Amino acid sequence: MKLTPELIIFVMLAGPAALAAVGVVAFGSAIRSALCLVFNFFLLAFLYFSLSMEMLGISQIVVYSGAIMVLFVFVIMLLNPKLIEERKDLKRPIGLAFGVVLFGVLASQVLPALGLEGPKPLRHEVGTPQMIGEGLFTNYVFPFEVVSILLLVGVVGSVFLAKRRTQ
Amino acid sequence: MNGVPLVAYLGLSMFMFTTGVVGVVIRRNPIVIFMCIELMLNAVNLAFLSFARYRFAIEGHNTEQAIAGPMMVIFVMAVAAAEVAVGLGIIMAIYRLKEEVDVDELNLIGG
Repeated sequence: MKLTPELIIFVMLAGPAALAAVGVVAFGSAIRSALCLVFNFFLLAFLYFSLSMEMLGISQIVVYSGAIMVLFVFVIMLLNPKLIEERKDLKRPIGLAFGVVLFGVLASQVLPALGLEGPKPLRHEVGTPQMIGEGLFTNYVFPFEVVSILLLVGVVGSVFLAKRRTQ
Repeated sequence: MNGVPLVAYLGLSMFMFTTGVVGVVIRRNPIVIFMCIELMLNAVNLAFLSFARYRFAIEGHNTEQAIAGPMMVIFVMAVAAAEVAVGLGIIMAIYRLKEEVDVDELNLIGG
């Protein structure tokens, strides 16, 4: 495997993304975890660009880094949760060991089968908005409609949950 | 991208997924647990997109096969948005009942 400029750019994106993922778990306060997660999602959008999935990279920034994380930060601000004391109990070493074992099993089963060659030339421009829109309105129109109902139910349900009940 | 193997993307995806699993297991704050679930969903999205780019958007496959991965990612994003709205609503409702929410101590139905 040669050290190409593309590989250097990939490492510059993937390394901080992995660090931010660790930061989500390692930081004690919820707001720091949230900011790490925003950073991670933002870098992931650029990784999507590098896979020539431009439309999905932009939706990643708008939906995840924008909408979902604003919701998280807003809820953290509203609730102002007291710092839950992370007790030094047995859960932490067991969880870490479980994670290491899980990563080992996944990586040893999947990664050796993939090979080290770079990508073949792109033949289908699947990342463009035209292709995404065409897919959504032809082959995937039924899941698209189901998702619209799901989002409607989600909106109604969250309004119902957040409503303060008056006794 | 020329020169970056599929292994690199899949390795990052697996690392993020494992980190999310560990976070769900060891953290006690329900909001942070939700964030770790989002992390896992994004790891899966990255895997979908890298397989779509490296295995299906190339010579020898038709457009329907190539578009399947990006479509799945769109639907995962939509379901994640709905899930976050409902889940944070539930967490806010629990916070209204109790001052401190610790998922290890939480016991609302008295089981």
